[in-house]
Amino acid sequence: MNMRESKLNGIVFVFVLMIAWELAARLHWVNPLIVPPLSRIFASFGTLVASGDIPLQILASMKRAVVGYILAAAVFIPLGIFMGLFDYCHRALEVAIEMLRPIPPPAVIPVALLFFGLEDEMKIFVIFFSCAWPILLNTLDGVKNIDRLLMNTARTFGLSRVRTIWQVVLPACSPHIMTGLRVSLPITLILVVISEMVGSTDGIGYFILDSQRRFKIPQMYGGMLALAVLGYALNLLFNLAHRSLLSWHWGMLRKEGR
Amino acid sequence: MPILEVQNLSKSYRQLRGESTHAIGNITCQVEAGEFVSFVGPSGCGKTTLLMSIAGLIEPTSGQVIVKGRAVKGPPPDLVLVFQEYNKSLFAWRTILGNVRFGLEARGVRSSRSESRTRDLIELVGLKGFEKHYPWELSGGMQQRVAIARALAYEPEVLLMDEPFGSLDALTRLDLEDTLLRVWAELKTTILFITHDIEEAIYLSDRIWVLSGRPSQIIQELSIDFPRPRNQVETRAEARFMILRNEIYRQIGHAS
Amino acid sequence: MNGVKQFNWIGWLVLAALLCLWEYGARSSPKLQYYFPPVSQILYALGQLIISGRIAAHLLATISRFLEGYMLAALLAVSMGVFLGYFRFAYSLLETLIEFLRPMPSVAIVPVAVLALGIGDAMIVAVTIYASVWPMLVNTIDGVRRIEPILIDTARTFGLGRWAILWRVVLPGASPYIVTGLRISLSIALILVTTAEMIAGSRGLGFFILDQERSFNSRNMYAGIIVVAALGYALNRLFLALENKTLRWQRGMVAGGSV
Repeated sequence: MNMRESKLNGIVFVFVLMIAWELAARLHWVNPLIVPPLSRIFASFGTLVASGDIPLQILASMKRAVVGYILAAAVFIPLGIFMGLFDYCHRALEVAIEMLRPIPPPAVIPVALLFFGLEDEMKIFVIFFSCAWPILLNTLDGVKNIDRLLMNTARTFGLSRVRTIWQVVLPACSPHIMTGLRVSLPITLILVVISEMVGSTDGIGYFILDSQRRFKIPQMYGGMLALAVLGYALNLLFNLAHRSLLSWHWGMLRKEGR
Repeated sequence: MPILEVQNLSKSYRQLRGESTHAIGNITCQVEAGEFVSFVGPSGCGKTTLLMSIAGLIEPTSGQVIVKGRAVKGPPPDLVLVFQEYNKSLFAWRTILGNVRFGLEARGVRSSRSESRTRDLIELVGLKGFEKHYPWELSGGMQQRVAIARALAYEPEVLLMDEPFGSLDALTRLDLEDTLLRVWAELKTTILFITHDIEEAIYLSDRIWVLSGRPSQIIQELSIDFPRPRNQVETRAEARFMILRNEIYRQIGHAS
Repeated sequence: MNGVKQFNWIGWLVLAALLCLWEYGARSSPKLQYYFPPVSQILYALGQLIISGRIAAHLLATISRFLEGYMLAALLAVSMGVFLGYFRFAYSLLETLIEFLRPMPSVAIVPVAVLALGIGDAMIVAVTIYASVWPMLVNTIDGVRRIEPILIDTARTFGLGRWAILWRVVLPGASPYIVTGLRISLSIALILVTTAEMIAGSRGLGFFILDQERSFNSRNMYAGIIVVAALGYALNRLFLALENKTLRWQRGMVAGGSV
């Protein structure tokens, strides 16, 4: 069975499941209150997208997500590089970091609520904290893994410290940095949803939970569908960015068959 | 005045258990501007350590290196080292053009002037047409050419080369030897070459220093006066070529 | 660097310095005390909670939900994963579905779970299972698929039956990948348990931390965070210890097809 047949099988199966869902709901094999017919869900989804309801909620969520993500990158990539180059700095901060790492990100939400209430800053803080470790540790890993020979190359060409960091260290560990950023993407999405469910007045996470509380069930599923589409879209965007920014790395990975 | 002087250079390492490894014994030699000189010695005799010390990347235990009249403390500005492991030394994130241009950037050349110079060098090492490729797309021999072009873009007065053709197959090696000679003839750089391939050293150099095993010392200095430009067939066919080769081989055999 | 691990004096010093800073800063500014109660008071509150047994109830609740969810997820995911990794046809059917469902953050399932199962242990365990299954499943499938067919054929020529092959070739061979999946799911499971407890729980560390914040008791809130962090740390160490033990077992067996 080749790739195409396999894909076809998969798509057909999904369709079969969708039809089964529809039937099960309509024929009351399952409780239609909990599992409404798929058609109703799609209809609700369509209406909400057209009316701008869902897009608005997604925008609200994305605003927080993007700020938190970028902030985390802006702080922890340089920190990781610094810690990677200067071992004293690494050892100094190592213990504190190991103490903070085991904290499950949701546990930080009440702290954020304490400081920021239900505002955007609360979610941004949570995302900032959650993305810290993947970004920091991957960047650190990248710097530590730079071959000595590469640094010696920079030295033999008489590069200053600053230029070495900018022209050699940064590009050399950019694949690792990318990994950290890639891992942080789903983390960001998960935590923006969680923090909205726990303490917010808008956003896609809030929307889903709120719909459930008001028993607007097709709407709830619609929100989940929107979330899935969002997740998929973000992945696509990230891959595009990876391909364009790090085209050299992309090519290397392709060659290795990954 | 010689362009490069090595005076009583020695290097030993302190191992974990407190013993010292004597890598370089006591090396003294001089290189005149424009010369092509080689160090030949058995594997592990400290050739790389010697070159790294001359390049200012390692601090010697005693003795000094003088480049253009100034003592070396850290990488001297008129000198560049080409490493054996080209795949780890090239910048994977830059194209061939970008890698070679780096040599010029390191020199501080303005970007407007660098484009044509970079292309000239790429053509000189025989890689015309591959400017937009990335290192991983090229073969080993081609990658080493890029490394050489990058070093030359820096316009060093002295070029150090650490067994640059060591990890390449025999035919590629011969090809690159000729490329190197061609480049050297045109740019008139001083080249300090190390290799364990005796015939390669004879083919390329004006002078050869034969090194012993650890701790390495200069056993002998030989002048190679085959006419230039040299030729893989004719030069190597000369009777004296084999005589020299056997002489050096015997010396190394004794000393290691 | 040599393999000798030196005790990180600087690190601990820095941590101590930061904590002292916190303590001093909190004590000198009454306004700050609400957001950053002095470390000493937090530790005192923690001690009280432990002694009174109050935190124990919540801790136990969280642990039991975690274990239930994680174990059941592991059972489900690994068995399904091996099945799907083994049988191409089955995998081809489900592949597209998996690719559709994966990008959706598993937390979105919480409202559905509340709808279907109400508030309580069942709901929390259910969402934990759902979220934990994904990394375990995907990694298990990957691990099984990477096993060289030659190894299975070799086992066959030695007369090994279906189950024997599974137990002695497939599982050991895929185990590095399976373990990776299990490790990733460790933190995910804890995240989901605490989240579910926050959104719709009445017991558990997640609930406790949030509840204390709502009751304006920041000391207890921080104390609760310390406990949950300690739990996360302990789980990680336990996992590493178990991993080492099983790796030793694996080394004695026929090497699998993976690196």
